[in-house]
Order: sequence, then C-alpha cells, then structure tokens
Amino acid sequence: MATTPAIEAIEATVAAPPAPRARRWAARPGEALAFGLVALFLLAFLVVPVLTVITVAFQDRATGGFTLAHFGDFLSNDLFMRSFFNSLYVSLMSVAVASLIALPLAYFTTRFEFRGAILVQTLGVLPLIMPPFAGAVAMGLLFGRTGSVNLLLDEYLGINIPFMEGLNGVIFVQSIHYFPFILLNLTASLKNIDRAMEESAQNLGAHGFRLFRRIVLPLAMPGYIAGASLVFIKVFDDLATPLLLNVREMLAPQAYLRITSVGLEDPIGYVISVVLILFSVLSLWISSLALRGKDYATVQRGGGGLVKRRMSRGQAIAAYALIAAILLLVLAPHFGLFLLSIATIWSYSPLPDGYTLAHYTRVFAESSQYITNTLIYAGLAGLIDVIIGTTIAYLVLRTRMVGARWLDYVAMSALAVPGLVLGIGYLRTFFGITLPDGSSLAAFWGIIVLALAIRRLPYALRACMAAMQQISASLEEAAENLGARRLRVVRRIVLPLMAGGLAAGFVTSFATAAVELSATLMLVQSSDDAPLAYGLYVFMQSPAGRGAGAALGIIAVVIVGLSTWLSHLVAEHGGGRKSA
Amino acid sequence: MSALAQETLLAREPAGIRVEGVDLSYGTTRVLRDVNLEIRPGEFFAFLGPSGCGKTTLLRLIAGFNTAQRGRVLVGGQDISDLPPWKRDVGMVFQSYALWPHMTVRRNVAFGLEERRVPRAEIGPRVDAALKLVGLEGMGERRPAQLSGGQQQRVALARTVAVRPKVLLLDEPLSNLDARLRVQVRRELRDLQQRLRLTTIFVTHDQEEANTVCDRIAVMNEGVVQQVGTPMELYDHPANLFVAGFLGTANIMPGTVLRDGAAQAFEIDGGTRIPLPPGLDVPAGARLMFRPQDVSLLPVGTEAPGRRLLEGEIVHREFLGASIRYGVRVAGAEVLVDTPHMGGEGHLPVGGRAALALDAARVKLLAA
Repeated sequence: MATTPAIEAIEATVAAPPAPRARRWAARPGEALAFGLVALFLLAFLVVPVLTVITVAFQDRATGGFTLAHFGDFLSNDLFMRSFFNSLYVSLMSVAVASLIALPLAYFTTRFEFRGAILVQTLGVLPLIMPPFAGAVAMGLLFGRTGSVNLLLDEYLGINIPFMEGLNGVIFVQSIHYFPFILLNLTASLKNIDRAMEESAQNLGAHGFRLFRRIVLPLAMPGYIAGASLVFIKVFDDLATPLLLNVREMLAPQAYLRITSVGLEDPIGYVISVVLILFSVLSLWISSLALRGKDYATVQRGGGGLVKRRMSRGQAIAAYALIAAILLLVLAPHFGLFLLSIATIWSYSPLPDGYTLAHYTRVFAESSQYITNTLIYAGLAGLIDVIIGTTIAYLVLRTRMVGARWLDYVAMSALAVPGLVLGIGYLRTFFGITLPDGSSLAAFWGIIVLALAIRRLPYALRACMAAMQQISASLEEAAENLGARRLRVVRRIVLPLMAGGLAAGFVTSFATAAVELSATLMLVQSSDDAPLAYGLYVFMQSPAGRGAGAALGIIAVVIVGLSTWLSHLVAEHGGGRKSA
Repeated sequence: MSALAQETLLAREPAGIRVEGVDLSYGTTRVLRDVNLEIRPGEFFAFLGPSGCGKTTLLRLIAGFNTAQRGRVLVGGQDISDLPPWKRDVGMVFQSYALWPHMTVRRNVAFGLEERRVPRAEIGPRVDAALKLVGLEGMGERRPAQLSGGQQQRVALARTVAVRPKVLLLDEPLSNLDARLRVQVRRELRDLQQRLRLTTIFVTHDQEEANTVCDRIAVMNEGVVQQVGTPMELYDHPANLFVAGFLGTANIMPGTVLRDGAAQAFEIDGGTRIPLPPGLDVPAGARLMFRPQDVSLLPVGTEAPGRRLLEGEIVHREFLGASIRYGVRVAGAEVLVDTPHMGGEGHLPVGGRAALALDAARVKLLAA
C-alpha cells in the first residue's frame, strides 16, 4: 500500500482541476492589480509631489542644474535664520510646557487611587478634537494683554502677564493643544509597567524618589519621548496657529507667505519645505531610536499596572487642586471659543457685553458650504484611506508579495511630510496639468480631498493593520476548509471581523481631516470650494468675523467630538469580537 | 574564584521564619485564616496548594507587599510586620522574574547592592560571584530581552542572592519554564540553596516540584494550612482528605463506621466491611482512603487470607510502563488500582470482572 498516497494525489489532481497550486496562481493577478493601483496612487500623490519640492530646492532656476545657492540665500538671510530659531525655540518650549501639563495628569491618575481618573483622562484628550488655531483667537481674548485674565489681574494685583505676547502666544496655544499626545503615551507606558517591576526594586531596598527615578521613570521614558517628538513635529510644522496669532517670523508662515506673495517660482519656500521635512524626519528618527528594542510593556498575566497608592488628605487636596487648575487651563480655549460664538461684543472686558445666536444664524445662512464641503472632503478622504489601508494590510499580512512592505513604508512616510509641504508640492506638480474644462488640476477641489487622504493615511493604515492582525489566520483557514473561496472568505469572515477597526480608522481620518488646515490653506482656490477650517481662518482675519468664526469653530468641535465618540462606541463594540 | 570564596561572599548565617496567627482579608474575602508556621533556619520549605489557596498571598505578606489584619511575621526572631518591603531584607524572586528591561544583566544584579550603599569596590566582586553562582559569567553586558527564559530566571535569582538576604522567597519559580528545563532548574535550585544554607520558601501548585526539592511542605487550601510535614509524611499520613487527594492519587470511598462495644468496622456503601483496630480514633464523617498501589487486583474467586475482597468490573486501563492502572467500578464508585508490570506479562481485559484485595493495615479513615 506504499504507493497509495502518491496515486491518490494524482487522482485528486485529475479529478479536481483547480488544485491548490493552480488556484494560488489564479489569485495572483487580482493581488498584482491591487498592488499596482495603490503604488500608482502613492507615487502620484505622495512621492512625486514631495520629490518635486526637494528637487526645486536644489535646482538652479536658469540652467536646471544642481545648486546649493538657494540654501546659501536662506542661511545668509537674517529674517529666515531668525524664523528658523524662532520655530526651534517655540517647538522646544511647547514640548516643555506640554510636559509640565501632561506629567502631573498622567502620574496622579495612574499612580494613585484617584477618583475621577477617567474624567481627567477624557477631559485631557478634549483639546485634540478642536482645530488648534480655532482656540487661538479665543485664547487671545482670555489671556491677551487686554484679555479677561489680565484685566482681572490688573484690577486686583496691578500686574500683567504676557501670556500671548509674540512667541509666548504660540507656545501657550500649541502646548495646551498638543499636550494630550504626551499624556496619552505617558499614561499608556505607565499603565504597562508591571507591578512586579516596582515590587522587585522595593524588595531589593529601593523606595520613594529613588524607586521612581531608577525604575518607573526609565520604563516610562520611551512613551514620553514618542509623545514629545510628536508634539515637536506638530508645532514645528504648524502654519495656521502662528498666522492667526499674527506671528510671521517662523518657518512655516515664511514659506506660506513667500509662495503666496512672491509666487510659486520663489525657491525659498521650497528650501524651507526641505528644512521642515528634515526636522520631521529627525524627530521621528529620535523617537524610533528611543523605542527601538524597548518594548517595555512588561505587564504579565495576572499582574496589573503599578500599585495604586492611597493619598493622605493633604496630598489629595493638593493633587486635586493642581489637576483642577490644569484642566481649567486646558479647557479655556473651548470655553473662550464658545463665549465668543455667542457674544455680541467682547473687547476690553472680562466677559462679553451681551449674548446672541446671530453668529450661528449667519454661518448657516451665508456659509453653510463650508460645512457641507468639510463633510464631503473629510468623508471621501476617510473612505480612500480605509480602502487603501485595508488593501495594503491585506497585501502585507495575507500574501507573500514582494514589495508589499514597501507600500507600507511609503504610506507611513507621509507622517514626515508637513501639510504645508504637501500643499506646495501639489501646487507645483499639478499646476501645469489642465482638466478637460480648461482649468488647472491644482485648482480642482478633488485635489484637496487627495491631500487630506494622504495626510491621514498613516493613521488609518495602522488601524487597518491592527484590525487585520487581530484576526487569526486559522479563522480564515477554517472557512476555506469548509469550502469557502478566497473572495468569499474575505467577505464573510475577514471584513465582518475587521468592521470595528475599519470604522475606527475611517473616523480617525475623517475627524482629523475635518480640522486640517496646513495643506488646505495652500490648495483652496475659491471660497466655494473651501472647507470649514479655511472658512474659520478667513472669518478670524477680521474682528467683525470673529463671532461667526467662533461659531464655525464650535460646529467643527461638535462634528469632531461626535465622530470621536462614535468611533469609541464602535471600537468598544468591536472589541468584544477579537479572535483569540 | 573558588566555590568557597563565592559562598563566603554570598552566604550568611541562616535565619528562621515564624508566622503567628495571621488573618488576612481583601474586603469580605478571607484569604488567610489563622496561619501559624515555623520554618527552621536553613530549611527548604514549600507552600503547596491549588490556585487561590492563599500561598502567594502568604509569601507576599512575608515580603511586605500586603498587610495582615491580625498576627505577625518574624524573621530571625525579629518582628518585621511593621517594616516596609525595602527594609525587610527578605529576597524575593518573582514569578515573572521582573527583570528591568532598561538595565543590563550586571546593572540588574548590582541594583540591590547599590540601594544598600555597599561600597563600590565590593559591588563588582559580589555581582561576579552571584553571576558565577548561577552559571551566567560573561553574560553581564546583555539585556534581559536577549536572554532565554531559563537565563532570565537565573538573573533574577542572582539579583536576589547578591544582596545576601536573610531568607529567599521563590514565587512559582518553575512555572514559566518548559517541562525539560523545569527538572534541571529545580535540582539547581536545591543545590544553590544547600551551598548558601539559605532559608528558602518555594511557592508552587505542583506537588512533584515540592516533593522533589523541599525539606518540608505546608499544604494550603482556602486560606488554611492543612498540614505541615516532610513530603513522605504527607503522602503516607495525610491529615485529611484534601491532603490525601492533593498529594498523589487517592481512592476515596464513602461509607459508615459501625461500632459494637470496643470493636469497630467501616462499612463501605454497598456492604463490604473493613475491621478497624480497637481504640482507633475515627473522625466524624470519615471516608475510607487508600492509594492505587496499596490494593491488588485478583481474578474473581481467588482466596486472599486476611484481606477484604471487593468485586467489580474493569472499566478502563492505562498502560504506564512500570505499572498498569485499572479503573474498576465497585459499588457505584470507580477505584484506581496500580499493578506492577513485569516484562512480557499480559493484562486483564476491560469489561472483565476482578476482585480488589484491600489490606486493612494500609487503608486510612479521613475526614474532609
């Protein structure tokens, strides 16, 4: 009977023509097509525009040859160098101030038995759901030279604190807006420290501050650095907040002003873009160095995070007071923006003179296209991101296709491309391409959607990857074993199980795209095509438009807040169905 | 470095441990109930019991990671109940090893010495001695993530013995190792404990681990110490049904005690009577317990003078190599019987009938 298996195999091949090998070949063309389409998309809308920007920065305008002359101009110009150091200073200071805000919140809520820890962590993330520049004007009204706080300080103490003067204002607004990145990362890494890490140190004689310095702090460090470098990049690249605060001597505003006032041919805008990319890459690199080989998530089965301590009465009062003060500060932009949106006149007084709903009426009557545009653009961008993210995740995780990893890397590299740079790249690359109706591709509203999609792709891609990774391959194999073909397996098993993750990915893209401004500011050609963030920016330019601008801002907060809440619901719901 | 020099660097006068009247609750759950233990200096002692029996809680109480509502813990005659963990000088090896991933192996091992302000000149040799003791010399510059599970455990052990603790606490030290390594490591643990003459408590749920390495064992269940003794004492003279069932395999048969003047007997449900020695103190609600090897299986109808015969049907058979284990259904209960297997001998058929021969001297009457 020794020959039976071989004979059976031959018979099986004869009897059932689509043998496994043949079927695998048959599946390939579809995968290759998907790979090609995604690669083409990334090439056209990410790689080429960015390379164009870099090329122009090094290109002699007359001969088209390589030159460093533009960089020479940049380095020898006082205004640009001052802008560069201002940007560096503002970014570093924002990291420092954001750390001061985030550290106590993270530490107290993870380390101590703390009533309201969830509330603190929820409120702590709230700033992220507001466009950073939206709060800038409100912050000016609250903390500016003649803002509410300084008016009160002047009346009772006779002092005036320059919160919002010049660069201080940018640092203040940015750190209040971006500190959640540090809070989230730091909280996660503190929670991931197993209590045995701490107990073993106590067992060997360490306690108190030494225990914190030698064990807890180093273990939480990678998370802190990841958060801090994110804050650094965001602040360094941000265009809208300094512009709204009328701070022009920073890199991003300079690039914007050169391109919009001098023109698309001016090389300095491109040089600045290269500098912005360079620093983004640098801080991402530092963050990856900090995280390399340091998967410090040490929680073991049965173990929880750090042991929660009980605070004494005095400590508790001090801690609650500190956290209340921080939360008050953090929520100030929301509060200010809301007040502004219902204020009749608010100037030189701690609170508005009167209240009205006229701004909302005005926004809905005159400028509702901003809202519909935003919903369409962000919705399309989110959809594109989820489709491309799922395709890449599938190619990487479920096929052994050579090059699939590269799609992942290229898509993720969008993280290091500032919105401003992408905007400039699109203008330069697509300006010469004319559409059938004779207008330029760069002026087509769809290009804004593509820019938003590329900008948010890394986040959606990670969500799709995570969702697919959670599905054990054996679940799919079981379906195949029971007779389902590949496409049906995807439709009946993979997609339903991924649904939660996909929805989360879509909403993340949607919500952040809805308040994006850096790329949009470069690409919007007419206010009919403009999204909400752009409208807000335009309104905020004039004192008369501030009320309406604030109303738009509140609408943006509501849209983003609702969708974040929805994604939370979906994630909770999907969480129960993770495969073992 | 000679073995002797190593030991003088790392060994110290052994200390005993006393646990007196400890009660511990989490909320309304009583985790430890009136625990009293005396662990002798230099002894290798085990806390053995199923999960949730309180053994780890008791170990963590000695290390200072939880607080008892009542009672106290003494190490080397000193009451340490009110000392914080970092002042107790009891070395603990954690189940997860708890090596700090941001430090090299050397830094991990040196940590406790640095915290104790040991002079720098002395730290180096003691770290070397500790690493050599566990066979990891030359691995000092690696990070924990670069080591295998077995090596990580050795680092955890080296880190703890380097500080010369008064006593050594091991929390399920073998649970994260694969089966083959477990046998090797438990021998090494025993060897190391003997060389350092270090009072050691070993927490485990595995009776084989406890039996093979420990001098004495405290068997625990539901927060109560059931019995303390050497492995053989516990196996041969279990104090109750829990201990009998937890250490080794036990056949337990329900029945009633019959008394007629001074004479007494145990009647197994179903009718067979086992005479008991007069004056034997039988606890209330007692059941009959015997080990599978303390009973023999005979063909039906065999004469066995002085032994009681119970007839039953063979319902399953497992061949274990040195012996054959039969499951025999007798009077509604299933009894396990081990018969030695001699080369070439056959076995009894499943489904056939056989007689169990009980030796009255080898059965015990135990309460729950």
